[in-house]
Amino acid sequence: MNIVVCVKQVPDSAAKVVAEGGRVTWGDAPLVLNPWDEFAVEAALILQEATDANVTVISVGGESTKEALKTALAMGCGQAILISDPALEGADSRAIAQVLSAAIQKIGDVDVAFFGKQAIDGDMGVTAAQTGRFLGWPVLSLASTIKLEGDKLVIERSIEEGRQIVESKLPAVISVSKDIGEPRYPSFMGIRKASRANIPVWSLADLGIHAPTPLVRWPDVVNPPAREVKTEIITGDSPQQIAEQLADKIMEEKVL
Amino acid sequence: MDFTLTEEQRMAQQMVREFAQKEVATIIKQQDREQQMASFILSRMGELGILGICLPVRYGGQGMDYIALGLACEELEAVDSTLRVVLSVHIGLNSLGLFQWANEEQKRRFLTPQARGEKIACFGLTEPGAGSDVAAIRSSARRHGDEYVLNGEKMWISLATKADHCLWVARTDPEAADPHDGLSAFIVELDRPGVRRGDLHGKLGMRAGSTGWIALQDVRIPVENRIGMEGEGFKIAMSCLDNGRYTVAAGATGLIRACLEASVRYANERQAFGRPIGRFQLIQQKIAYMVQSYDAARLLYLRAGWMKNQGIRNTRETSLAKWFATEASFQAASEAVQIHGAYGYSDEYDVERYLRNSKGAVIYEGTSEIHQLMQAAYALGYRQDAPLRCELPAYDPQVWQSE
Amino acid sequence: MSGNFLVYIDQFKGQALPTSWEVLSAAHYLAEKLGGSIYALALGEASQAVAEMAYQYGVEQALYCDDPSLADYRPEPYTALVSKIAQEKGVGVLLFPTTSRGREVAAMCAVDLQGGVMPDVTELEVVDGKIIATRPVYAGKLLAKAVCDVEPAIITTRVRAFKKPQGDASRAGVAQRVDAVMAEGDIRTKVTGYAQAGGGVSLTDANVIVSGGRGVSNNPNLTPPADMDEKQAEIWRAQQGFKLVGELAAVLGGAVGASRAAVDAGYIPYAHQVGQTGKVVSPDLYIACGISGAIQHQAGMRSSKIIVAINKDPDAPIFKLARYGVVGDLYAILPPLTEAFRKRLGK
Repeated sequence: MNIVVCVKQVPDSAAKVVAEGGRVTWGDAPLVLNPWDEFAVEAALILQEATDANVTVISVGGESTKEALKTALAMGCGQAILISDPALEGADSRAIAQVLSAAIQKIGDVDVAFFGKQAIDGDMGVTAAQTGRFLGWPVLSLASTIKLEGDKLVIERSIEEGRQIVESKLPAVISVSKDIGEPRYPSFMGIRKASRANIPVWSLADLGIHAPTPLVRWPDVVNPPAREVKTEIITGDSPQQIAEQLADKIMEEKVL
Repeated sequence: MDFTLTEEQRMAQQMVREFAQKEVATIIKQQDREQQMASFILSRMGELGILGICLPVRYGGQGMDYIALGLACEELEAVDSTLRVVLSVHIGLNSLGLFQWANEEQKRRFLTPQARGEKIACFGLTEPGAGSDVAAIRSSARRHGDEYVLNGEKMWISLATKADHCLWVARTDPEAADPHDGLSAFIVELDRPGVRRGDLHGKLGMRAGSTGWIALQDVRIPVENRIGMEGEGFKIAMSCLDNGRYTVAAGATGLIRACLEASVRYANERQAFGRPIGRFQLIQQKIAYMVQSYDAARLLYLRAGWMKNQGIRNTRETSLAKWFATEASFQAASEAVQIHGAYGYSDEYDVERYLRNSKGAVIYEGTSEIHQLMQAAYALGYRQDAPLRCELPAYDPQVWQSE
Repeated sequence: MSGNFLVYIDQFKGQALPTSWEVLSAAHYLAEKLGGSIYALALGEASQAVAEMAYQYGVEQALYCDDPSLADYRPEPYTALVSKIAQEKGVGVLLFPTTSRGREVAAMCAVDLQGGVMPDVTELEVVDGKIIATRPVYAGKLLAKAVCDVEPAIITTRVRAFKKPQGDASRAGVAQRVDAVMAEGDIRTKVTGYAQAGGGVSLTDANVIVSGGRGVSNNPNLTPPADMDEKQAEIWRAQQGFKLVGELAAVLGGAVGASRAAVDAGYIPYAHQVGQTGKVVSPDLYIACGISGAIQHQAGMRSSKIIVAINKDPDAPIFKLARYGVVGDLYAILPPLTEAFRKRLGK
């Protein structure tokens, strides 16, 4: 069985992200494996352990993206591939999905492609669905449990109303919810392997495609308007008195 | 000269950080209050490979280098000193001592399960009447045929009640001209008949850790449990301290970092006289000193780690790193409490725990005074390190990582 | 942009998700600026009645399909049908609510129709005939403007970002049934059932959210049962704290939220998590109890209308966002606060 995990590198979630002149900056905060993608890696490794599959982690990005790939290798993925091409500057979600689907096809004989729910930078949450659509594979999003029963996958999906249980033929695209379980830490053995890994880089020419035309532009990014809050600290002689005052204040706000 | 960490070292550091921050930071306050070590700590550290981080794979370790051990200690103590103590004792004072001095069979029997985290190790040197004055050790080991019979009591032993193996230093030759030469080292399995042990409470700091005593009464161990030769006990103990002190230095560096981070966070948040207190110069000075201490302490321990990697004797450099970092961590913690004002004095914040924990390391594994004497002795030419029969092997990734 | 508008009404077993109607006000705004007719579409079991409800919010025509192959949501047959209708009706803009289903079908239609997808939009403008969508990125730490240069533009609107339009019950109509596109045999998945997730948390829809953080376990006065280990004892303490949080939420008719720290520590299931790797919410009232307000948490709740913070630490960053703050122990404050609201709300 062959598994692919598609990941992205993003600024750390603790970063102070600021817009400056229409560009996003995050100071010296580190770039990390997208936290949602850690769950995708975890799901892939759980499935790998159950099936003895081969897990390849892939990402689209610049040279620095190898760091994120190495984190996934250290967690236990078998190999990594970076897709990097200057022509992908300004690519939109649809273009990235097209590139990922071409890469998955080039890897060949892939049974499952895993994705995180979304990336914490763009918060688009569409890449799994779009990649699946390009591939023509079933899309199973927000999976919380994944089992392989014979030649079909049995997935529980987190939806607004609870859980939906779905069976799917292979190959399939799966996006993973946090309910899959805490992602494992990299192991020391994995770290040793990752630090020595030579990660191949594929260009668009290697994939045999041209740069897809972006259909969505991002002309500007701004800081949200500062929240003008004047904080009123409620004090009193007893918790009861504080509670009564606070309840009055909130009632006056007419939000209930 | 290369000041960059390798990718391997950085990733190992990050992994230990995640463990400490995610799994221990959340419960440490409560454990400290209850004066109890959380029950999962040792098993979890074993499972993650941290207990064998810098030992060769063929002895059940993870094949990382000595610098990775230091980085792990820094990360652990940035959350709580008691986490780092586990590595000081299990790896620094015991497992590395075995790695340096034990024969192949002993490495297989004792070191391998320790590196895998299946057996927990401690170090029995200090006695109720023998601390800095190691020659005053009264524990005895008498040979009877193929066995030694051990008697005596050790105090202030970290992990005394948690450990399976103790590297025990006892007197085998009461007649030796130099009392140092009358000492020998043994591995005592602590489930043997005649072993009693208990915890000590009421400590100023290190309350989420385990510190205790071990008493042996006519405990019989096979001759095969003796590490090195008879009379090499003092040298072995000093080798162990070279490694233990290294972990203490690296850990204290982590404690300085924790003080610095907590102080910076608080100085940016806390307002006084209409602005964040970080804007005041006397606060800035305290923070500047913490930055200075952190960088200096870090460079000192990394140098010692580098020397270990190269197989260069580092007793002087390790002693210097330990002396400097522990004193600086005590200072940093004290100033961190000061910056936090009255809040710093309460256990709502972590800094009071940092202060209580930092004091211990100025005392154990060589008091600051001992290290000052050592440094002066080196400078004045009174002290030289003679080559040892068994040196700590230089780090070789090929050897460390082959099965 | 030209052409018509297609609004996807998200529903589950005959119940429209309330946010679906909010999408219609976005559609009305755009139609007013750009011209064109609004179509509404509901798919699935009992979708006819749902589609017909759209008439009261003003649509040209409501469409539905209750073919058995669409009884349960599956992205492939749903997408195929939405894409086909978009083409047949000359649709230039497709609009969806940002629900798990809406976002997914929107994404996949963008592939089918070679359109540009802009999910989770909070504001729309039309400038020189072009739609400019504002969407929060980095969990709301920044706002990005997005422009789609091709047709169709595909938009999902963020829950509660647009007001539900005034309904007019006198505007009624009969929805038109459309046929499914995919035959059951061509669909590679099968829905075999549903399971409830604990307690029906609907954070994103809630008007009021009361959240707990790591501070909820910080009550040394509670003595956990003797047979518990440290971790169990901590969780037990936290659960006592979350009981108080839950009681306040219940009296206010709100939902229970949590910080990531509380979720990671195992105090409460992930479904409750507010923040960058949880749900992004903007209720009218957000009460944060024992939450320090890490930047990741702020990102998930900072657009709430009124924020109240209860925390022992007067320097906790959460107070900077709060309209009202109480420096104190949540164990002391929450019970009388719950009681005070019970009196005022007559519950």
